[in-house]
Amino acid sequence: MRKITGKLTLVWTIIFSLLLTMSFNAAAFSAPAAKKVPAKKVLKIEPEVVLATTTSTQDSGLLDVMIPAFEKKWNKKVKVKVIAVGTGQAIQLGKDGNADVILVHSKKSEDEFVAQGYGFKAYDVMYNQYLIVGPTNDPANIAGAKTALEAFTKIAEAKGKFISRGDDSGTHKKEVSIWGKAKIKPEGNWYLSAGQGMGETLRMADEMGAYTLVDEATFLTNKTSLKNLSQGDKELFNQYGIIQVKSTKKPVAANELIWHFISPQGQKTIKDFGKNKYGKSIFVPNAKKR
Amino acid sequence: MEGMWNSILDVLKLFLSGDQKLYEIIFLSLKVSFSAVLIGVLIGIPIGSFMGMVDFKGHKLMVILIYTLMGMPPVLAGVAIYLLLSANGPLGQWQLLFTPGAMIMAQVVLVTPIIAGLTMVAVRSRVKIFFESAVSLGANKVQIAWLITREAKNGIMAAVVTAFGRAIAEVGAVMLVGGNIENYTRVMTTSIILETRKGNFDLALGLGIVLLVISFLINGFLVAGVLPYLQRGEQV
Repeated sequence: MRKITGKLTLVWTIIFSLLLTMSFNAAAFSAPAAKKVPAKKVLKIEPEVVLATTTSTQDSGLLDVMIPAFEKKWNKKVKVKVIAVGTGQAIQLGKDGNADVILVHSKKSEDEFVAQGYGFKAYDVMYNQYLIVGPTNDPANIAGAKTALEAFTKIAEAKGKFISRGDDSGTHKKEVSIWGKAKIKPEGNWYLSAGQGMGETLRMADEMGAYTLVDEATFLTNKTSLKNLSQGDKELFNQYGIIQVKSTKKPVAANELIWHFISPQGQKTIKDFGKNKYGKSIFVPNAKKR
Repeated sequence: MEGMWNSILDVLKLFLSGDQKLYEIIFLSLKVSFSAVLIGVLIGIPIGSFMGMVDFKGHKLMVILIYTLMGMPPVLAGVAIYLLLSANGPLGQWQLLFTPGAMIMAQVVLVTPIIAGLTMVAVRSRVKIFFESAVSLGANKVQIAWLITREAKNGIMAAVVTAFGRAIAEVGAVMLVGGNIENYTRVMTTSIILETRKGNFDLALGLGIVLLVISFLINGFLVAGVLPYLQRGEQV
């Protein structure tokens, strides 16, 4: 028995020290607000800046064009660290002060982020469309539907298999809002909540011959056998916004990075992106102060 | 900080109050990991015992191979099973992708080398001690193999516990081949990832603590419950 007690003590020591380390880390993350940058140093850019964004901007390859151009413009004096995660996590990273700029696509969450005092300098950057995609044989016959509401209603009535992101991402929130407007509570065997990123969810829909809601950029840049079955509906408009985190310790780099996206030059880069490969812009620039 | 503790307490309350959704996730985790370890035991222990007792041509290469597979990245096992089960893959017509069965398959790939490798080490350390006395007592080959494997049970138990730890903590493979589908293939680790992606770090931490508590209970059961039973009637 003594032997076992000794073992238990060891186990508890390990668990306890693990927890202790975690809480210390958490304390370190919530460090006090940034010092004011002296006026004469304002144009000296910080050596790095953290951009928290959604997977769609990274997976589409847009950032592979935008970020190196930004770093080159500053003669490599600044390095952008991109963290591509779900919109929910990206916003949380901003709230915790672990990111300096966020680039996401969920207007309501972004407005809350600014309203709660976590961010400022919020701009519209660009937009694209959400698409309702599904198998080519279209079992719920949604190809003829004129609006997203109609398409979703048809899917629910036919109990066509539908895969939801289910992860509180911008796309998931859009999907939930469409179900809400159609007054449908999606439940049952036909409705699967995947809790994964857009690429994974799209692949699952492809494997299972299911419908899903996807942003145009991810759909164009991923090869699947699925087909776009939606018409251009205002409901499916997908606006991206860029916001500076208020507590950032890298205000110059953060500000310059935002400018890089909304400047005429940056907007042109966004407009040209993907035209050669896909025959059309993946994102449509529409920079505007909110 | 306070918000974090409250969230952790909330999760623990759900755990203690027997919340149905949380328990479904826990039971699926246990079901998948136990099944994988059970299949891993059935394949891995015979292989490990054989490798520990018998020397053959290419034995060293085989040992190196097993040790290498013991360190296989979970997501690699996941990709392999994914390609196998994919709709246009070789086993596509089985329609197992995004089911608990696929998750078990991926975890079997992960745990079998661990069980085989550690069993081999445990058996080898017993061969020298017991082989000659067994022969002198007139035991045949099968009896000798059985005796030595039984004598190595402490080490084999460690192999099983290690394999279970690997399986229950694993996320890359089950996420890929299970799909993290709510009420169907969502397990503890994929829930933790999901909550992290949503930005609910404290909820994720709470779920992580529940996972550790369950691992603790199960290892406690194995160490304090099963091991003495195995050792009954013998000097340790």
